[in-house]
Amino acid sequence: MTFQTSENLKTKISYMSDRLLPKLVVAPTFVSTIVFVYSFILWTAWISFTKSRLLPRYKLEGLIQYIKLFTNDRWWVASKNLFVFGSLFIIICIITGLLLAIFLDQKIRIEGALRTIFLYPMALSFIVTGTVWKWILNPSIGIAKLMHDMGFLSFHFDWLVNSDMAIYTVVIAGVWQSSGFVMALFLAGLRGIDDSIIKAAQIDGASLPRIYLKIIIPSLRPVFFSALMILCHIAIKSFDLIVALTGGGPGYSSDVPATFMYSFAFTRGRLGLGAASSMVMFGAVLAILIPYLYSELRSRDNE
Amino acid sequence: MNFKLLAKTMAVLILFCVFSTSTFAGQVEVLHWWTSGGEAKSVAILKGLLEKEGHSWKDMAVAGGAGENAMTVLKTRAMAGNPPTAAQVKGPAIQEWAREGLLANLDPVAKKENWDKLVPSVVTDIMKYQGHYVAVPVNVHKINWMWCNPSVFIKAKAKIPTTWAEFETAAKKIKAAGFIPVAFGGQAWQEATVFESVVIGQAGAAFYKKALVDTEPGALNSPQMIKALKTFKMIKKYTDKNAPGRDWNMATSMVIKGEAAMQFMGDWAKGEFTAAGKNPGTDYVAIPAPESAGTYLFNIDSFIMFKQKDKSAQQAQNAMARLILGKKFQEVFNVNKGSIPVRSGIAKASFDDIALRSMDEFAAAAANGTLMPSMAHGMAVYPAVQGAIYDVVTEFYNSDMTAKEAAAKFVTTIAAAK
Repeated sequence: MTFQTSENLKTKISYMSDRLLPKLVVAPTFVSTIVFVYSFILWTAWISFTKSRLLPRYKLEGLIQYIKLFTNDRWWVASKNLFVFGSLFIIICIITGLLLAIFLDQKIRIEGALRTIFLYPMALSFIVTGTVWKWILNPSIGIAKLMHDMGFLSFHFDWLVNSDMAIYTVVIAGVWQSSGFVMALFLAGLRGIDDSIIKAAQIDGASLPRIYLKIIIPSLRPVFFSALMILCHIAIKSFDLIVALTGGGPGYSSDVPATFMYSFAFTRGRLGLGAASSMVMFGAVLAILIPYLYSELRSRDNE
Repeated sequence: MNFKLLAKTMAVLILFCVFSTSTFAGQVEVLHWWTSGGEAKSVAILKGLLEKEGHSWKDMAVAGGAGENAMTVLKTRAMAGNPPTAAQVKGPAIQEWAREGLLANLDPVAKKENWDKLVPSVVTDIMKYQGHYVAVPVNVHKINWMWCNPSVFIKAKAKIPTTWAEFETAAKKIKAAGFIPVAFGGQAWQEATVFESVVIGQAGAAFYKKALVDTEPGALNSPQMIKALKTFKMIKKYTDKNAPGRDWNMATSMVIKGEAAMQFMGDWAKGEFTAAGKNPGTDYVAIPAPESAGTYLFNIDSFIMFKQKDKSAQQAQNAMARLILGKKFQEVFNVNKGSIPVRSGIAKASFDDIALRSMDEFAAAAANGTLMPSMAHGMAVYPAVQGAIYDVVTEFYNSDMTAKEAAAKFVTTIAAAK
């Protein structure tokens, strides 16, 4: 009798701990995500429909902030910059990352050291990267001065202070920082490929570039997916890099939506407009991510 | 037994603490961003004066971002219903805070201390919301100065200019002699600082008020404005290529070192010259920006005071307001910070020549109606409108936009920001 009860109790406890404990452990994170992420997204959406200025007001006023946003020249400059920066940054990072990974994968010596060297920029914060590149690219103290001192007087590099080119300096610094990380991702992917496939292809007489193009790179598809996701969010979130490197200038020629949002919502007391701009950014992220996630996850289900 | 004794002592101590805070002293919690050397010293003086009267001071210094970080903190605190006693807020932003219904009425102190008589009405208007004092002015900075290195002018055989025509002649000579005529920092606020000095100089104080204070479309898009914009853009020809993004003090050091001949900057530039061991009159010269003699663009720091429920906190707040405009603090603070007192009747002995000149000009401009709030430094218009003007000025300065287009764009952009 007693034996049975204690057995019962044991199963009860183990049942409880199996079923309830995980829920209990996850609950705080779950609740805080609901409150601090999703409810604040809704709050921002609400604010974007009001005439909030310095402090939030909750009376709905319709689309007025969105109309103001879309007639604001600075917003379009910022959006165009994000498009230019985002696409170049992602494409160049993936290409250099992939090439570095392929070269490192050729069973070379001191691979470990090289890998660390390429990966190391990732350990820096974007503020440091931005500040260092600001000095390197500064026409009076950086590369340009070095070349002049070496006697190349015709050397000319003023992108950092040129309104049309400033955004490309952000691409340079961003690529420098992130391509090592992409390399690490691809390297892990390459290591996961079965050698026997490559050997079989070699026996069939396929050349090395052909093996890479037709077999290895296509099989890295999941890595491309992760790299794209990570780079995409780095690009859209990029704020510190721009603040440290160009400060959004000259003028506001290298502004991006994140710096736009910050300056309108917090510096200029136009909370409503700032909220509207962050909702548009949010919408843009969803518009890119959802179809991609959908197609990726569906094709994986089919496999 | 021992434990009992301890408990009793504790209880007495706690009671004592409770009583001591509620009976004879109030606390002020002050949010500010005066954290650098001279500024921090100046704040400590106010703290000392308050403590002498038995009140306590809780410092809430938030450094960085020219007050941007402090503003973010202030907004968070205000939204949570727990604002500090006083916060460093200036210009029309005072009206925005007052409109939220959060600010205390300082009329009793103001009346007793006769603020209306001591401070020019252009300034008190900014401190009042619907006719009541809600803020206390602290100090005055003059914006429309031109800082020159006379030795560069001598080497280039040029004359220090007082008009824009003279400026262009001198700048050409300086450039030909291998110097940079104008040390310029390409940041939006610095561009706006130079721009407003051009507007008030070339088109006069009355026009400046219509255009950059009242933002009348008729003045913003007018021949005078187009002319001022062209003059402003002309300056760019005489700056170096590395100006974009440069900090103001780096530009000042170019003048100090003799690489550049002049800089348009407010009176805080004096601190850089002093720190470099330079003497006014011989090593450097400060004169009004071309054609702007007799006008005075001011930047005035102030503290807004939040409503207090607690009686003792109110008393402490009133004491703080009184002390800020008191003679002692006005003198010591402004000597330290390199600005000038906002009220009259301060002993002049401890101020230097540039400050004395600035004080005379301040009084004269107040009498002549040429004392104007600075747009670039957030004294003239709401932050939203100021931002809109910044955007047009910086775009015009850094692109191929024509002056005519910029003047038209002022009207549309400002309308959208209101």
